[in-house]
Amino acid sequence: MTTLQPPVAVRRRRSWTGWGFIGPFVLVFALVFLAPLAYSVYLSLFRTQLIGGTTFVGLDNYQQALQDSQFWEGVARVGLFLLIQVPIMLGIALLVALAIDSGRLYGKDFFRITVFLPYAVPAVVATLMWGFMYGTRYGLVGDLDDALGTKLPDPLSADLVLASIGNIVTWEFVGYNMLIFFAALRVVPHSLYEAAEIDGAGQWRVITAIKLPAIRGALVIATIFSVIGSFQLFNEPAILQKLAPNAITTDYTPNFYTYSLSFAGQQQNYSATVAIVMGVITMIVAYVVQLRGMRKGA
Amino acid sequence: MTTTTGSVRNTAPPKSPAPRLRSPRAARPGRPRRSVLLTVLTGVVLVYSLLPLVWLLISATKSQQGLARSFGLWFDRDFDLWHNIGTTFTYQDGVFGRWLLNTLLYVVVGAGGATFLAVLGGYALAKFAFPGKRAVFAVVIGAVAVPGTALAVPTFLMFSKMGLTDTPWAVIIPSLISPFGLYLMWVFATEAIPTELMEAARIDGASELRTFFQVALPLLAPGTVTVLLFTMVATWNNYFLPLIMLKDPDWYPLTLGLDSWNKQAQTAGGEAIPHLVLTGSLLTIVPLIAAFLLLQKYWQSGLSAGSVKE
Repeated sequence: MTTLQPPVAVRRRRSWTGWGFIGPFVLVFALVFLAPLAYSVYLSLFRTQLIGGTTFVGLDNYQQALQDSQFWEGVARVGLFLLIQVPIMLGIALLVALAIDSGRLYGKDFFRITVFLPYAVPAVVATLMWGFMYGTRYGLVGDLDDALGTKLPDPLSADLVLASIGNIVTWEFVGYNMLIFFAALRVVPHSLYEAAEIDGAGQWRVITAIKLPAIRGALVIATIFSVIGSFQLFNEPAILQKLAPNAITTDYTPNFYTYSLSFAGQQQNYSATVAIVMGVITMIVAYVVQLRGMRKGA
Repeated sequence: MTTTTGSVRNTAPPKSPAPRLRSPRAARPGRPRRSVLLTVLTGVVLVYSLLPLVWLLISATKSQQGLARSFGLWFDRDFDLWHNIGTTFTYQDGVFGRWLLNTLLYVVVGAGGATFLAVLGGYALAKFAFPGKRAVFAVVIGAVAVPGTALAVPTFLMFSKMGLTDTPWAVIIPSLISPFGLYLMWVFATEAIPTELMEAARIDGASELRTFFQVALPLLAPGTVTVLLFTMVATWNNYFLPLIMLKDPDWYPLTLGLDSWNKQAQTAGGEAIPHLVLTGSLLTIVPLIAAFLLLQKYWQSGLSAGSVKE
């Protein structure tokens, strides 16, 4: 029913043959996932100081993180981002997927491909592009000001920059999410639509009673991916910072903060701690989304 | 770009499997009537998706002065696209070409390797029972929830001790793991390979390796292309990992290189080169967009198969 469930494996005699095939994956996985994770926990329990060197400090770093207002401001910022940007993005993606699936569009293949295209654009290019367009010098905002004689609010000002980042992220991922929804809609059995038609159900009723429940798994997955993506927000603010240095600080998002701590501040132990705390928060939120999503109408 | 889209759209339907799947519904009487209103409304999203790309395409044809003086969505009086492309490739002793080759290296080895590992692993999970299988599943799924960037600092420190930072390996090795790819291949292999076929090959005396390469692999092709495209996008677009791993601009991928060109304007005495940043951006996205358009029938069938679940 949901994509989180592993497909049922073919029952065969248990043997070690399978390891020959999965072994390479597990080996590299251990090197790039498990080892850094363990190392990260280890790092978080120590502190390095100019005087005294590296000492074991137990949970002191965690205590510091819990009281670190710079960190929590970042968390609040991505939390706000999550609450506003994710519903807008997934809402648009769902509407487009339903529109394409309805068969009422002219040139629906063209729609599907074109809306998906931004996904192939690197975050760096997407951010540079939008960043330039936001600009008053080379950008469309400047052009509009010139053409209309107006003074539009600067999208890169401190007040608006979060919304501007939200627009970039939405642009990048609407098509991707649309495709996930569309792929899920495609496998809804047509017999259900026929039955609904015989019962005289309208389009709206078909959507709410058949289509949405049928793709609930895909909706939950897309939401979880978006939650994780929002909490990890880094690329867009980091690149946009060069164009809006006053509006975006180096602790703008929790990830940006860990990056700055580690590579500009040389506080690797504390940086690892902040990353772990953020990872735990992300997992809790993702888990809650999954629980709620799966329970609804199940 | 518009012409590419147009030609693909015109030639694809007869060949692609998708319309065949849909045709029973279309042929039935009482099929939904096309709606101009809905097309126009959805068209708003289409314009939103295309507008920045059109802007980029037009901007790449302008000189630096042209960028400042002309309207963003129309051409300047000088058409400088070819000149810009030439300058992009020759600026700073042709470092852009070097970045392009680096990116290709990371994509071929990284995404190729990631796809290969995912296909092998997905095949194992779908078609074999082996000790510790549940544990593998639990650990991989659990680890996916860990934000990738949380691992960045410890990975950097580990690689730094191993002497791998500032080498291509620092970018390639972490790219080799795609949990999403493993999952997709698992679902796909479960559906696509009849176990009887594997049994038949075994009865005929084929070794496990031979069964995999000659029986399973051809059947896994659409799923493999899908995973390959998505891992390609991930490696081609990678920014954070190279950012922390690489100091030497000679090993930069395109994304990091473009970012450094853009930063250059902010550094004291640095030359602002927006026209090269924009032309370089265009050159960076063209190969991926072309790959997606040309391979669409593969990845679309792979993706829909991945979402089949009962």
